[in-house]
Amino acid sequence: MRFLKKTYVFLIFAFLYAPILVLIVFSFNESKSRANWEGFTLKWYYELFKDRHIMSALYYTLLIAVLSSAIATLIGIIASIGIFHMKKVPQGVVLNLNYIPILNPDIVTGISLMVLFIFMKMNLGFVTMLLAHITFNIPYVILSILPKLKQMNKHLYEAALDLGATPAEAFRKVILPEIMPGVITGFLLAFTLSLDDFVISFFTTGSGVTNLSIVIFGMARRGISPKINALSTLMFVSVLILLIIVNIRMSKDNPERRARIERSKENSRYLPDIGHDI
Amino acid sequence: MTDSIILELKNISKIYDDTPALVDINLYIRKNEFITLLGPSGCGKTTTLRIIGGFEEADNGDLLFEGKNINNLPAYKRKVNTVFQKYALFPHMNVFDNIAFGLKIKKMDKGVIREKVGRMLKLVNLEGFDKRSVNSLSGGQQQRVAIARALVNEPEVLLLDEPLGALDLKLRKEMQVELKNMQQTLGITFIYVTHDQEEALSMSDTIVVMNNGEIQQIGTPEDIYNEPKNAFVADFIGESNILDGIMERDYLVTFMGKQVPCVDKGFATQEEVDVVIRPEDVKVVPREEGILEGVVRSVTFKGVHYEMMIQSDGYTWMVHSTLMAPENTTVGLNILPDDIHIMKKKVTA
Repeated sequence: MRFLKKTYVFLIFAFLYAPILVLIVFSFNESKSRANWEGFTLKWYYELFKDRHIMSALYYTLLIAVLSSAIATLIGIIASIGIFHMKKVPQGVVLNLNYIPILNPDIVTGISLMVLFIFMKMNLGFVTMLLAHITFNIPYVILSILPKLKQMNKHLYEAALDLGATPAEAFRKVILPEIMPGVITGFLLAFTLSLDDFVISFFTTGSGVTNLSIVIFGMARRGISPKINALSTLMFVSVLILLIIVNIRMSKDNPERRARIERSKENSRYLPDIGHDI
Repeated sequence: MTDSIILELKNISKIYDDTPALVDINLYIRKNEFITLLGPSGCGKTTTLRIIGGFEEADNGDLLFEGKNINNLPAYKRKVNTVFQKYALFPHMNVFDNIAFGLKIKKMDKGVIREKVGRMLKLVNLEGFDKRSVNSLSGGQQQRVAIARALVNEPEVLLLDEPLGALDLKLRKEMQVELKNMQQTLGITFIYVTHDQEEALSMSDTIVVMNNGEIQQIGTPEDIYNEPKNAFVADFIGESNILDGIMERDYLVTFMGKQVPCVDKGFATQEEVDVVIRPEDVKVVPREEGILEGVVRSVTFKGVHYEMMIQSDGYTWMVHSTLMAPENTTVGLNILPDDIHIMKKKVTA
């Protein structure tokens, strides 16, 4: 029985990761062929970095990832605080509106953004792609910050005001440090999503501005070059590293949260009648 | 205690989503007074405190601080500080930084801050805790940090919202004494919110009993306990037997079918009233000597006294006595005229 269980798990992961493993291995293959191994080389990586087209795409990918995640994080912080302080019913409505873009197929988001940009007579290019990335990043940022706000003692802000802090000071010195873990997680998540987006970028860019995903797609249509393997490997590794960081951060938060819940349970044992009193 | 008034609430009203939370509250608070807002959950005591603190705006009425209207003064400009119900310490700061928060906001000199915080740590018995994370402290210690964080700003008025609610009984008693001592040595006005009547009676100079957003009675602990103004106050401050009665004339009341002399007057003849009698004022006597007769239903030992439930006609009396009558015996009950409190029936809205 145990053997079966282990085999089952092994098979799942084999199917999931075998293709990526093959891709990584063949990015170091001497031969152009994808069928046989002819020795280790780094030449595809070398050629990759010589390719002007790819380097320009890398530049735009990183620039858009940094800008879109930073802007989305800023907007996300403000939006989360607004949503957090809403009354229950409107809050539910806004949260659901926030979920829809996450569940919406990328192709629908991509095409609708393209249609919108064209309707507004905007030239498709860097700006439109950046706007598109900011748009699809915001919901994820909100979803990583909101739980932090909910965990926070609701009187912290008032306590800061009570001690003489202006609303701006209270936000900077008390609220922001409290929600910081959520803000950073949201930023990293947004960065990762922007880095590997293809579909939405494909529909919202133009005039020579491309990102890596689009370049890979274009190259693949013209015939597979091992350079693609090298490029994909690099993208996979960087996204993997970011995801590991995000996960470590989230699991670091958890024990802390658990401890806090424990404590509040312990406290509530002594207070039969301390429910929120208006 | 001086007689100068530091804070005054005039006709304060507040409505939350169509339900009135405060109805026409009028209250003045003297300098150096220890005043307690007492009442059950939802009675409006916390709302009153939050209006004084500036976290909530009254819909109507005026709030005067040393004679000046502060209705529109934001919380961060008021000369009051608050100890919050669940402390609301800043979790990302250590004990020192929590206490120093207000002083740092005021951009005080670092040396002065260190000295003031040091003095506070000593006052609340937390010397040597300055570098500790607030999450590592026990409930009682967190409570002390919260008090120090408020007091270090030398407020004119300290607001305390159920500050001892989360502590166990023994620690609570200790902190009650400490808080009272602090208030007296520092000479600061304390406005204290609690639902615990014992706490209110033992600490306060003045108690404000509230219910359903209205002030029921204002007075010294003795007044409130001995001369409750209505059945609600009587029942909330200690346990009471409350019976329906009819005033025959001055000094004579009928309840449970018996005419009994009392010391109250000034009611209309045949007026329906509440008759309130404290459990410790009901005397258990041999059957034939009592004005009433009842059967002991249960006896509970409470330490200082026995609590007996004695059934007499349709009413079950709660009686506190150092002498015990065994269960299921029939006894007589006696009540002295002085121990019968006659109260106007509350007009039921």
